[in-house]
Amino acid sequence: MRKIWEFFKGTLVLVAKGSKAYYVWVFTLLCFMGIGFLAYLYQLQHGLIVTGMRDQVSWGFYISNFTFLVGVAAAAVLLVIPAYVYHWKPLKEVAVLGEMLAVSAMVMCLLFVTVDIGRPDRFWHLIPKIGILNFPQSLLAWDVVVLNVYLVLNLTIAVYILYNLYHKREPNKSFTTPLLLFSIPAAVSIHTVTAFLYNGLSARPFWNASILAPRFLASAFCSGPAFMIILFQIIRKYTRIEIRNEAIFKVAELIAYSMFINLFLLGAEVFKEFYSNTVHLAPLQYLLEGLKGHNDLVPYIWTAMIFNVSAFFLFLIPQTRENFVTLNIGCVLIFIGVYIEKGMGLVIPGLVPDTLGEIFEYSPTGIEILLTMGIWATGLFVYTLLLRVAVPILTGEFFVGEDGMKAVIVDTEFIRRADHLAEQSYRD
Amino acid sequence: MPNQGKRDDPAFRMSRRKMMKGVAAVLGAMALPAKDAPASVWESFFQKNFRELSPEELKGVLARLEKEYSEKYKKAVTVRATPPIEGILFGYGLDLSRCIGCRRCVYACVGENNQSRDPQIQWIRVLQLNKERGVDLEDAEQYYNPAKVPEKGHFYMPVQCQQCELPPCTKVCPVQATWKERDGIVVVDYNWCIGCRYCMAACPYGARHFNWKKPGLPPAEMNPETHYLGNRPRPVGVVEKCTFCIQRVRNTPGRYTACVEICPVGARKFGNLLDPESEIRYIIENKRVFILKEDLNTRPKFYYFYAT
Repeated sequence: MRKIWEFFKGTLVLVAKGSKAYYVWVFTLLCFMGIGFLAYLYQLQHGLIVTGMRDQVSWGFYISNFTFLVGVAAAAVLLVIPAYVYHWKPLKEVAVLGEMLAVSAMVMCLLFVTVDIGRPDRFWHLIPKIGILNFPQSLLAWDVVVLNVYLVLNLTIAVYILYNLYHKREPNKSFTTPLLLFSIPAAVSIHTVTAFLYNGLSARPFWNASILAPRFLASAFCSGPAFMIILFQIIRKYTRIEIRNEAIFKVAELIAYSMFINLFLLGAEVFKEFYSNTVHLAPLQYLLEGLKGHNDLVPYIWTAMIFNVSAFFLFLIPQTRENFVTLNIGCVLIFIGVYIEKGMGLVIPGLVPDTLGEIFEYSPTGIEILLTMGIWATGLFVYTLLLRVAVPILTGEFFVGEDGMKAVIVDTEFIRRADHLAEQSYRD
Repeated sequence: MPNQGKRDDPAFRMSRRKMMKGVAAVLGAMALPAKDAPASVWESFFQKNFRELSPEELKGVLARLEKEYSEKYKKAVTVRATPPIEGILFGYGLDLSRCIGCRRCVYACVGENNQSRDPQIQWIRVLQLNKERGVDLEDAEQYYNPAKVPEKGHFYMPVQCQQCELPPCTKVCPVQATWKERDGIVVVDYNWCIGCRYCMAACPYGARHFNWKKPGLPPAEMNPETHYLGNRPRPVGVVEKCTFCIQRVRNTPGRYTACVEICPVGARKFGNLLDPESEIRYIIENKRVFILKEDLNTRPKFYYFYAT
């Protein structure tokens, strides 16, 4: 028990130490979190009327962000598959970084749901036995279950691996491998369940298409790995963790395939709706070309389309895929493109026009935007702190001392220039 | 202290007082009761789902609510929980050939059922449709505002909760805060709803409404005859809907809903579907009847018909 306490104390010391860049970054995030918190207090005081949502469009920016982030959380872990298949050397690193990204994204998902509900004081009604969880009838109940299981699962694996490495032990494979393998179907299931949450509503033809869940998975396979590619580059530049180019290029190639499937499924959906031209066409029309003069979403969705298609070609052509400038441009394009397409582009047309044919144009208010920024800052803050502890453990700069009790911290800088690193290792 | 001057500045004091007030209001809004909060606040916080209350507990809850509402609205408010009557399944008929689109039903409903006046919540939405295009919701207009109705070339279709036999809204609720009663009325427990609005996404008829803000209900206009599952005052952050005036139709069997009562042209019919002699049964058997969005298999108990 004291061992765990010492480890915990060590992590606290770690997160409080770092280079100037680290402090600036953390402080900036804390500022945004503070602003977001104040925005939430304001919303609690006045009710959800301070958002742009109304009876016609009863879900908005919060649920859009939630949906997108479930995809990020799922795909971060799915990177474990290629890591296994292609025998990437830093398999452990890829797994831990992916799982911690999943944890951070899950935290954001849960926060987005919390700020969206009208009575957060009654959250305990969702807890089985104490409250009533309408399982298995309600897909929202399913989502509550799978998201929490997924959060705990990823946290367990990451902490277990790191705690063992800290003690300079190889993590027990017969414990980690089954859990890692289980996290793969779990990742697929969280995104499928989230898709079904929309998919099952016959009142909303835009969502009530069986292609929705496959589209969710395909687009998630783009956004999550795009984030990981950028992260891999940052990590290998500023820490001692080595990630080879081939691994990064392989991920980019996988993104290209997923994006192809995503675009193909979208095309199938667009063809079916426009050619058959039934009453169910209206939402798609509203999204792509505007309806009766209402076209708030149109510029956004076409931006997303252009971004996604451009990124697809950047990742498909080997020359641009293996050039870090075009590769990173592609990652940013995909992240933004999928954010629009799987966020507002998915949620809002499901509700516009509404079930009685009314077109109510929704756009988020300042409060919604500030609160959303606050939650994103919280997610990045959580991820930063997790990395702050994980990276020195993975590089062997944070470990248990000779006495098997006290923690030893070698890394006091965290974010350092690579040349600085080289110099230091030379001195070692 | 350089800040001393600032502290005495009235603007600063104001903002601080305002902030403290804000914090207090937030705690209130979250209903996380303060230490010295009256016992009733805690009781309300820990109240069980309506369907899990024992008869004794229910009595306590109703008494607490009556006290609370009577103080708030300065009149004797009764809150009943009259159960469904055996042998009754409520059904509703709406004659599209008669409706003139006057919206008297909308406001009678608001008055009877204690909906928020600010912001306005209306359980009945009247659609203006073109005779040429028939029941085409894409073509519907809710915000028609001529000096006189009906307008030439148009007909009117009021839409409210269709009290489905297979309600998609109750199925999706993650906490079972909404359900169908034995007499066919779909109800919401306003003390159990968490305000996730999944039911609003699931309802094909736009029948569910959310309290985006603390409902504004002037005490003078408050209807003190209430039902727990119906027209009692609602808190902020929960969903509400039409209940066929549950407080009327259960307490006084045979009584009409407010919308039926007010309709100046007799377009609205209401009765017991299980009674072969009822007017609603006569309509279903003898008139041209249709239900809205039949293809969704929600099986509404709200029948539109053409009497002439």
